[in-house]
Amino acid sequence: MMRDDTEFLEDDVYNFAYLDEDTKQMIRRTILKAVAIPGFQVPFGSREIPLPHGWGTGGMQLTASLLGQSDVLKVIDQGADDTTNAVSIRRFFKRTTKVRTTRSTREATIIQTRHRIPEHPLTEEQILVFQVPSPEPMRTLVRTEAETRKLHAAGDYSILYLKLYEDIARFGNVATAYNHPVLVNGRYVAAPSPIPKFDNPKLHRNRALLVFSAGRENRIYAIPPFTTVTSLDLEDYPFAVEPQEGRCHLCGSTSAFLDERVTDDGDRVFACSDTSYCEERRRAKRRPNEPVTDRAIEESAGQ
Amino acid sequence: MIDAPLLSVRGLTKHYGATMGCADIAFDLYEGEVLAVVGESGSGKSTLLRCLASDMRPSAGSAIYRTEDGRTHDVFVMDDAERDALIGGEWGFVRQDPAEGLRMNVSAGGNIGEQLIVSGVRHFGRIRTAAVEWLDRVEIGARYIDQTPKVFSGGMRQRLQIARNLVMRPRLVFMDEPTSALDVSVQARLLDLIRRLVQELGLAVVIVTHDLSVARLLSHRILVMRHGRILESGLTDQVLDDPAEPYTQLLVSSVPAV
Repeated sequence: MMRDDTEFLEDDVYNFAYLDEDTKQMIRRTILKAVAIPGFQVPFGSREIPLPHGWGTGGMQLTASLLGQSDVLKVIDQGADDTTNAVSIRRFFKRTTKVRTTRSTREATIIQTRHRIPEHPLTEEQILVFQVPSPEPMRTLVRTEAETRKLHAAGDYSILYLKLYEDIARFGNVATAYNHPVLVNGRYVAAPSPIPKFDNPKLHRNRALLVFSAGRENRIYAIPPFTTVTSLDLEDYPFAVEPQEGRCHLCGSTSAFLDERVTDDGDRVFACSDTSYCEERRRAKRRPNEPVTDRAIEESAGQ
Repeated sequence: MIDAPLLSVRGLTKHYGATMGCADIAFDLYEGEVLAVVGESGSGKSTLLRCLASDMRPSAGSAIYRTEDGRTHDVFVMDDAERDALIGGEWGFVRQDPAEGLRMNVSAGGNIGEQLIVSGVRHFGRIRTAAVEWLDRVEIGARYIDQTPKVFSGGMRQRLQIARNLVMRPRLVFMDEPTSALDVSVQARLLDLIRRLVQELGLAVVIVTHDLSVARLLSHRILVMRHGRILESGLTDQVLDDPAEPYTQLLVSSVPAV
C-alpha cells in the first residue's frame, strides 16, 4: 500500500523549515542588506540542502528563512506548479513546516520560482523568491570574479553594452532571449535569473519584494517593491519584448507567455507557461459566476 | 607657447625584490612631442613604460601629468577611478602583442567602439560610424568591421590596436615596441601610418623600442637606457649622429646605416 511520505517524518526531526535558526537569521540579515542596496549581490554562507546545486538550493534557503507559520507557499518551475522540481520543493516545505501550499498566485504570500514571473500581478503582501544559477551578469565576459566586482564598484558596465553592440552587428538585433541584464535603481546591473525577456518589464516598479539567491555562488540580491528597473539597451535599438505568435490552445490567451509544444502527431500547439493562470481562465469560462479559489483551481487542474 | 610639460617624471625607480628594474628616471614630455626610449633587452625600458602607463606600481618617484583642464595629477598616487578615466580617455597604450591590447573575440567594430561606450556613448549608429571612419584611417577598410581580430594578420591587428587607442583622441600615447613583431615591409608601412597619425592628431608619444631606425623615424627626442638607468638623452638626430657615450656609439655602430 502506498503511504504518504509525511508519515515517515517525525515532527521533531527537523527544525521549522529545515534550516537551523542561526542560519535563517544570517540569511534574513543578508536579505535586509540586499534590500538596502537594490541589485547588489550580497555574499552569504550557503548551506547544504538535500537537493543538488542547480535545482534551487539558493531559492530554498531564502524560502526557508522567510516562511512563517501563517504563510501560504506556491512553487513554480518554468511557470508550472506541477513539474518535478516544483512538486518536490513544495512537498519539502510542506513536510518541514506544515504551512499551507497553493497553486493560486493570488492566494500565495511567498512564491518560489524558477525562470518565470507569474502572469497575475503581484501585491505588496507577496514575496517572489527566484532561484538563480549564475548571479553575475558579466561573468562570461570578464576573466575573473574579482574583476567583475571592481566593475560593479566603479559602475562600469561598458562590457555589457559592448555585448549589445556585438549582437546587433552580428544578428541585427539583441540576441538574448532570457536573462537580459537590468539596471536596478539606476546603480547596479543585475542578472534577472533566466526569466524570459517577456518578463523583464514586470520587474519594473513591481509591488512585491523580489529576492534572488544563488546557492552555489553564495549570493543574494533583491529588487525592493516599486524599484525602477530598466533593461539594458542602446538608444537606437530600444529594449523590446519579442512578439509572440499563436494563442494558448487551452485557454485562448494571446497575451500570456506561451510555450510551444509538439503534439503526438507532430503538430505544434501553444500553451500558457503559467499553468495556474491558464487553469484560472478556463475555470472562469466554464463557471463565470463562481469566485476563483485555490480549491477551484486544484479541481479544474484535475479535470 | 607651451610652457608646462604634459608629463614630468622625477626619480622613478622600480625594484623587483632585490633586482632593480629601473632607477632614478627623470624627463619632461611636452605636448605633441615624441620621445623614444631605446636600449637592449633588460635595460629597463619596458619597466619604465609599464610604470608610467599604470600597469605597475613603482617603488619610488613621481610622474606629474597635466590633464586637459590644466590641473596636475601625480599618476602614482591617483585613485583607481581617476586612473581608469585617464587610461580610457586622455591616454592610449599600444602594446607589442596586439592580442594583449585587443579583445580577440570581439569584432573590429566593437574593439574600436569600446572606449566610446566607456565614455558613455549608447548609440549603435554613432559607434558604427566612428568604427568605419577609423578602419579607413588605419587602412584596414570598413569591410572588415564585423570580423574578429582572430582572422587578421599581425599587421592588421596592430593597426586595429592603434585605431582602438586613437578613437578617443588621446593626448598621450604609450607604445611598447609596436612594430617589432612584424616583418620588415609591414613594419615600414605601419611606421608611416603611426607617423602620419601622430602628426595629424598632435599626439605626445612615449615609444619604447630596441630598433634605432624606429626611433630615428618617429621621435623628436631620445633616452638611451642601460642597466635600468638613463645613459644619455637629447635630440634624436643629435644623439644618433653624434653619440657621446661609448655604449651609445656601440649601439649606433652595430646597426648598419641608420
